[in-house]
Amino acid sequence: MDILYVLWLRQVRRYWRSGSRLLGTLGQPILLLLALGYGIGAIYRKAGEGNYLQFLVPGIITQTVLLSGIFWGIIILQDKRFGFLSEMLVAPVSRTKILLGSATGGATISVLQGIIIFVVSYLFGFRPYDWALVGPAFLVLVLMCVALTCLGAGIASMVDDFQGFQGINNLIILPMFFLSSALYPLNNVPEGLRIISTINPVTYMVDALRTLLANQSHFGLTKDLIIIGITFVFCLVFAVNRFNRIQI
Amino acid sequence: MARNIIIGAAGVTKKFGDITAVDNIDFEVKQGEIFAFLGPNGAGKSTTIKMLTTMLRPTSGKLTLAGHDVTKERDSARKAFGIVFQDPSLDEELTAYENMDLHAALYSIPKSKRRARIEELLKLVELDNRMDYKVKTFSGGMRRRLEIARGLLHEPRVLFLDEPTLGLDTQTRNLMWDYVKKLSDEKGMTIFFTTHYLDEAEHVAERIAIIDHGKIVALGTTPELRKLTGTESLEEAYLNLTGKTLRDEASSGNDGLNFKTALRNSRLR
Repeated sequence: MDILYVLWLRQVRRYWRSGSRLLGTLGQPILLLLALGYGIGAIYRKAGEGNYLQFLVPGIITQTVLLSGIFWGIIILQDKRFGFLSEMLVAPVSRTKILLGSATGGATISVLQGIIIFVVSYLFGFRPYDWALVGPAFLVLVLMCVALTCLGAGIASMVDDFQGFQGINNLIILPMFFLSSALYPLNNVPEGLRIISTINPVTYMVDALRTLLANQSHFGLTKDLIIIGITFVFCLVFAVNRFNRIQI
Repeated sequence: MARNIIIGAAGVTKKFGDITAVDNIDFEVKQGEIFAFLGPNGAGKSTTIKMLTTMLRPTSGKLTLAGHDVTKERDSARKAFGIVFQDPSLDEELTAYENMDLHAALYSIPKSKRRARIEELLKLVELDNRMDYKVKTFSGGMRRRLEIARGLLHEPRVLFLDEPTLGLDTQTRNLMWDYVKKLSDEKGMTIFFTTHYLDEAEHVAERIAIIDHGKIVALGTTPELRKLTGTESLEEAYLNLTGKTLRDEASSGNDGLNFKTALRNSRLR
């Protein structure tokens, strides 16, 4: 337990001390909230779809943790390149423990950022549908954050250079975000896009949060949670498997 | 009284695909000994250290460390050694103290003992007044000293130093070796190090192994190595054994150099 705690603490400390990282990862979602929430909100209302901000915020929270979770993997890459990983790997501690301690630290950071976006959204006028459901939404957020952090860790374990990591992320993060239901309802989109969104696990994360926070559901909470659960297990196994294979 | 064997390698080979990085090596290091591993770039020094420190598994052969089979009893072996890596391995965003504390936790040092022990070691490497500074503000020499202190934190029986003086100034180098010798004398700690500076090996090491093309071509004290090659200094002996060609060219094929070293190898036995 002590070992997991110090590994967790290392991640949180690093984040807390790096003001630029804090600002950098929050800048984009806030920009999206402003530009889309206010910019598209007017058209959305005219189209008779209601309040766009209510619809958008769960999507932006998901985008925040998607970005922060996967990019957290960079730390593993840094540790690999700048030597600290060697120090951890020769310690009498299993690799799985090292990964889990570190990844829970990364997930904690993501959860924190999700909460910050929630608070910022509230200031922008977003209101949760029912405060009693904010607790369950938080639990779903935690699951999502652990899954996405593990995904980032797994990817980082496989690549060896920062450029490669950036490239993979452009190929993963942006499509996962834009081809989900984060920005638009899936009711009236073309068939092709609907199919892609349906196989994208991020869609279900957004849908679960939207159900709990804004009372708007596309697939139903049960289906959302099952898919999130499967994604969680997949990401965890993927990360442990890849991290165990790192050769120094 | 014969000293116990603390590091043993028997028929150890490591292959990466078709390339044999370490080729059937045998050696033993005694408890409390200062042992140097010399060899040109790519000769197999780092691969050997990586195998001894559980970072790589040998393709075949057996490695023991403090009585533990390195591949089978990994965690016991890991507790028995400390290592200063060739490349820096500190978390720069953390302070010196935090780096030490993290290490202490990874090695399950009881919380009640941590602070005192960390402070004692930081004092020893003269970093106690910089304890709460982030490592990124440290110079190369300070980082190395911190790494040595960290490697000693869990009171290992063997300390591996992989080119520990690379890029350090003469003052720091001397200070470091004085300290390492003291550890060996006072605590009976076994020191296993690699270096490219032959004078260091000559002054510090009790016995020296010279490795080339993955094979140990000679092993003994400095006088023994000089005698074996009929040379005046360790440097001459080293060049005599490993040749003067640059490694990128020499390691590409099985040339006369290999044959000569193989011959000497058999003479040594």
